Amino acid sequence: MMLRPYRAILSARFRMLLQYRAAAIAGVWTQIFFGLALIMIYEAFYASTTVADQPMTMVQIASYVWLGQALLAMMPWGADSEIRAMVRSGAVAYELCRPVDLYGLWFARGVAQRTAPTVLRAVPMTIFAVWALPLLGLPEWRLEPPTAAAGVGFACTLVGALVLACAMTTLINISLLWTISGEGIVMISTTLASFFSGMIVPLPLFPEWAQTVLGWLPFAGIADLPFRVYNGDIPLADLGLVLARQLGWTLVLVVLGRRLLARGMRHLVVQGG
Amino acid sequence: MVAQIVVENLCKAFQVAERRPGMWGAIRGIARRTYRTVRALDGISFSIDAGELVGYIGPNGAGKSTTVKTLAGILVPDSGRCEVRGRVPWKQRLAHVAELGVVFGQRTQLWWDLPVVESFELLRDIYRVPEDRYVRTRDELIAVLDLGALLDVPVRQLSLGQRMRCDLAAALLHAPPIVFLDEPTIGLDAISKLAVRDFIKRLNRENGVTVVLTTHDMDDIETLCTRVMVIGGGKILSDGTLADLRARVTRERWLTIDLADGVTWTDEVDATVIRQEGSRVCLAFDPQVVAPAELIRRVTARYAIRDLFVENPPIETIIARLYAAESLPP
Repeated sequence: MMLRPYRAILSARFRMLLQYRAAAIAGVWTQIFFGLALIMIYEAFYASTTVADQPMTMVQIASYVWLGQALLAMMPWGADSEIRAMVRSGAVAYELCRPVDLYGLWFARGVAQRTAPTVLRAVPMTIFAVWALPLLGLPEWRLEPPTAAAGVGFACTLVGALVLACAMTTLINISLLWTISGEGIVMISTTLASFFSGMIVPLPLFPEWAQTVLGWLPFAGIADLPFRVYNGDIPLADLGLVLARQLGWTLVLVVLGRRLLARGMRHLVVQGG
Repeated sequence: MVAQIVVENLCKAFQVAERRPGMWGAIRGIARRTYRTVRALDGISFSIDAGELVGYIGPNGAGKSTTVKTLAGILVPDSGRCEVRGRVPWKQRLAHVAELGVVFGQRTQLWWDLPVVESFELLRDIYRVPEDRYVRTRDELIAVLDLGALLDVPVRQLSLGQRMRCDLAAALLHAPPIVFLDEPTIGLDAISKLAVRDFIKRLNRENGVTVVLTTHDMDDIETLCTRVMVIGGGKILSDGTLADLRARVTRERWLTIDLADGVTWTDEVDATVIRQEGSRVCLAFDPQVVAPAELIRRVTARYAIRDLFVENPPIETIIARLYAAESLPP
């Protein structure tokens, strides 16, 4: 009963976002292309180096890359088109007239915004990366299924990554109250999230000093950490630590988001009188 | 009677960034912005009792929407007191808005891509309305607003009049005792306007819902409102019945005469011609200087006429004069 409004908006948004099939199909092709290109680059690097002791094996890299491509839509980029339209037209006034916690409502929207497109893309991507690649004669490039223990660990940290990504998404959406169009914030957040989360270059391949810095940032929690739990780079003994990092950052970002939203509402000028 | 809405000395100012014209102005604007302070509400006071239907009128930018948004808990005023059913809207926002229905006529609260009924169900969940009560209220609204055929249509396919009827229903699914309607008839055709007006009247008379109605449509005011508040420049200029408002601004009445064929109008003392189109002449007169009966007697004694009638100046004229008297832009 308490959560009824949030569940309702989450499910409505989720169902609505499932309609975007054409975008998902286009996304799947792009991600397959990117995944193959990235793996080829790393294979070329690994083949031409004399260093024997690499931070990750080629199998681990392939898994890391494919997980990143399959879960790309879970990354906190893009603002909620509905919230953007509401702020622009002034219909956000209605949103402020609802007898529900506005942050909670927008977080629920964020969850839908991150899960629906991910579900649409992740399933065909996984099928391709796990089963189709070996059939195409490229078994060494496939997404290796995890060990049972790593699988359970991955499932846990994936949930942690999702709530963290949703807290970031909600923060982006709240920023629309100031910037209205949100294009700048979206661009910055996209770059930050994709680079610092390991989506472009796996974080273990960064130099030591950079890894120390990245360890202090929230972005590793949305991609790098769960991926490394999956491929065994992070031992299961450290699972608690990973979850603590994810949830700690989620908490910080939720508190920050709530503060910003409260301030945004105080200074709100509803567009169009 | 207990006042349901109490507003005392409410003030709200906005900082508006000013843009200088031209390229040079835009470049200077990067380095230094100038702001202009707009006093949207400049010490507004009123109180509204349960079951009242109050019209709230004023030109664009007068502070109407700012008042409504403050009462709805969306905007926080700079100073002053405001209580709705004993609550301060922006401080006890959740409890306050649960008892409030709002319609902003220029915007919809329905989900654009969803069929109407799905929007209703979402609102049911957001307002936590129990299922049996929801079904009862929804069916009543469907019957009164004639929505039966619209329920399965996606909102984007509705005409403006249909959408407005659905929006009214959406605002009332949780059976709020107070409703704010911000320009609910804007852009509607004549038939839709009548339907909306009729519905608002019933809502107020039969269900005892307190209604605050902002509008630019004076017919809305004349057919619906027992009380009219006029706002201009962030101040309440007039608050009372329509008759009070007329009496305050002018005693003037209008006499319209249709002359018989071939008759030409010359002149008439104690009355001024304000309009003459063909054989139709419209006179303005002060009933305390010349009684209507006397004026009609004089006119009919002097001219052959086909028809005549006496009326009050339209409310638009009254309001325009009120603003002129307060030297405000219309």
